[in-house]
Amino acid sequence: MGIALKKRVAAPQLPSRPAYGDNQTGTHLPPRAGSLNGVIVPEQPGKNAIEVRGVRKVFGTGENQVAALDTVSVSIRENEFFTLLGPSGCGKTTLLRLIAGFDFPSAGEIMLHGQDIAPLPPFKRPVNTVFQSYALFPHMTVAQNIGFGLEMLGKPKGEIEARVAQMLKLVKMEALKARRTSQISGGQQQRVALARALAPQPKVLLLDEPLSALDYKLRKEMQIELKRLQHETGITFIFVTHDQEEALTMSDRIAVMSAGKILQVGTPRDIYDRPAERFVADFIGETNFLAGTVVSKKPGVATVKFDSNATVAAGYPEGFDPTGEVTLVVRPEHADLVPDPAKGTIAGTLSNIVYFGTDTHYHVRLDGGENFIVRHQNSRSSPVTYETGAEVGIQFEEGAARVLKD
Amino acid sequence: MAEPRSIDIKEQPGFRSIAVICLLVLYVPVLILMIFSLNSGSLVTHWEGVTLGWYGSALRNEEFHNAARNTLIISISATIISTVCATLAAIGMTRVKPWRGLAAAFMVINLPLMVPEIITAVATLSFFALIAGTFGLNFGIGNLILAHTVFCIPFAYMPIRARLEDMDLTLEYAAADLYATPWKAFKRITLPLLVPGIMSGAALAFIVSFDDFTITQLVAGPGQTTLPLYIWNQIRRPMTPEINAISTILLLVSILFVSVSFLIARRRAK
Ligand SMILES: Nc1ncnc2c1ncn2[C@@H]1O[C@H](COP(=O)(O)OP(=O)(O)OP(=O)(O)O)[C@@H](O)[C@H]1O
Ligand SMILES: [Mg+2]
Repeated sequence: MGIALKKRVAAPQLPSRPAYGDNQTGTHLPPRAGSLNGVIVPEQPGKNAIEVRGVRKVFGTGENQVAALDTVSVSIRENEFFTLLGPSGCGKTTLLRLIAGFDFPSAGEIMLHGQDIAPLPPFKRPVNTVFQSYALFPHMTVAQNIGFGLEMLGKPKGEIEARVAQMLKLVKMEALKARRTSQISGGQQQRVALARALAPQPKVLLLDEPLSALDYKLRKEMQIELKRLQHETGITFIFVTHDQEEALTMSDRIAVMSAGKILQVGTPRDIYDRPAERFVADFIGETNFLAGTVVSKKPGVATVKFDSNATVAAGYPEGFDPTGEVTLVVRPEHADLVPDPAKGTIAGTLSNIVYFGTDTHYHVRLDGGENFIVRHQNSRSSPVTYETGAEVGIQFEEGAARVLKD
Repeated sequence: MAEPRSIDIKEQPGFRSIAVICLLVLYVPVLILMIFSLNSGSLVTHWEGVTLGWYGSALRNEEFHNAARNTLIISISATIISTVCATLAAIGMTRVKPWRGLAAAFMVINLPLMVPEIITAVATLSFFALIAGTFGLNFGIGNLILAHTVFCIPFAYMPIRARLEDMDLTLEYAAADLYATPWKAFKRITLPLLVPGIMSGAALAFIVSFDDFTITQLVAGPGQTTLPLYIWNQIRRPMTPEINAISTILLLVSILFVSVSFLIARRRAK
């Protein structure tokens, strides 16, 4: 943390307002410009930076048709750090490409600050992209790459140079600014790609797995840098990752995607503590699934009975009506062992104990035959020690069990 | 790199001897031709001594000058025109939405590669005879330039298209993302990256035009003798080593041209 804090002080300060339509910077601008060199600037920014409405994207025809995006709707707020999280091939890059304008939706529309951007070609969208493959221009130097966007916007030379210097400092690439981009490492290329996309100060920055090529330490540093940058510039970030930890630590909100659909949108806490679907629960963090039957319900809470006849009160997702056989999810750290099997919500036999230093994982084979993991945070005064093979009970914390939609 | 290749062609029995024979068959005649250009005797089969005299007489030869001038005018014009056409065609066939007739266009462009040259030659001859007869049109050396341009296009087209297809399309997206209009993106990104392909396309076109014989022989009118035609005419008379000197000069020009374009292409590709 000490290192990170020092770097925060040393990092260059970016103006807290994006430069689009900023009258002080471009003397040739009309006073209340709607556009800067053809780049549309919203007159009255709405609350949502991006609204995706019922967007479908189908590739191929006939037999080979694939719906890369299957009726996706999501609103991304201004100044938000919004993450698209999902496994490979779920449509994350496709969604970014539609927002950037490299491809067109098969159906649905995308609004930027309340304005339909369908008629705008990519070079008129105030949106910049950090490409998954970097896409640096191989015949240009690092500095020329970073300055390219500003040059295309027709900025004066002095301004471009100043901004490029600022960006080089930000991504710690000053020493290599005269290198060709083919002569730097993968991690360095990623940083240049980031600087190049940030330099024109877009309204919305699309980042397609921008940290995937960095080593652990640099990755952590850049995560903090990115967060700080996003906070200071007020740029809306749409960040793609398939790393759940990265998503949880960095995002204001996360959209979990699978097979072309957005399954759940929410804060990291929402997503982690209150997953709506099995896929979400499984994809993020470690999880226990239990089968049970709904016996009664009140608004927001259902009583679910296990085969062992034990019952538990479980919350369920909004707008969902749990009935009959359901799956419950319980996070390993939201449950604890009790020595007396009769005192637990459910009971079983300890099959394995794995010590991790900060905590211990107890693998319990339930009487019904399923496996259940309990994560116990270690402390100096752990009162009880358990032995493999012991009969134990498992007690759920208040609200630990949730009913899943499927 | 570390993993061992299962088959190393150089280790195969007979590889070396076959390779050596091939190289000998290819280059020994050329080498002999070059050596005899230095022969002080006046026969191309009987060695007498060393002289540079045949080069001197070749360079003073008025007919050789005319042939060289014709060749350069035709080759350079045909190279420029065919390379420009090929570049446009390659862009039109890789960087736009697939259109009807794309495959047909591809066929048409590459047809000259597949049609036997003598047929193209006869067809071109009849075509020019027809328009000369019907409309009284004769473009002079323009006829040859036109004919060369047509058969040079596929040679220029192939390396350019290969380069365009290899190029990462994301680069063009990135340029558009950074506010470059399609024209600016082409000028600043696509074209500079395409230069090596254009260079090798132009080099190929030049070489093909430079030493074309069949079509030129049929289409060329009086006073339009090119170097290959001149050499052909000379060897039908009693030959002197002057013809070897002229051939050697031709060879050196070709080698020089190819090397230069190769070096440029390699520089730009880095
Ligand atoms: N141009 C295309 N033509 C056909 N199918 C495509 C095309 N682009 C993407 N797809 C398909 O659409 C789906 C989504 O692809 P996309 O690139 O958006 O995945 P992603 O979530 O970005 O994955 P990753 O994490 O691996 O980058 C995949 O099944 C992919 O095969
Ligand atoms: Mg992707």
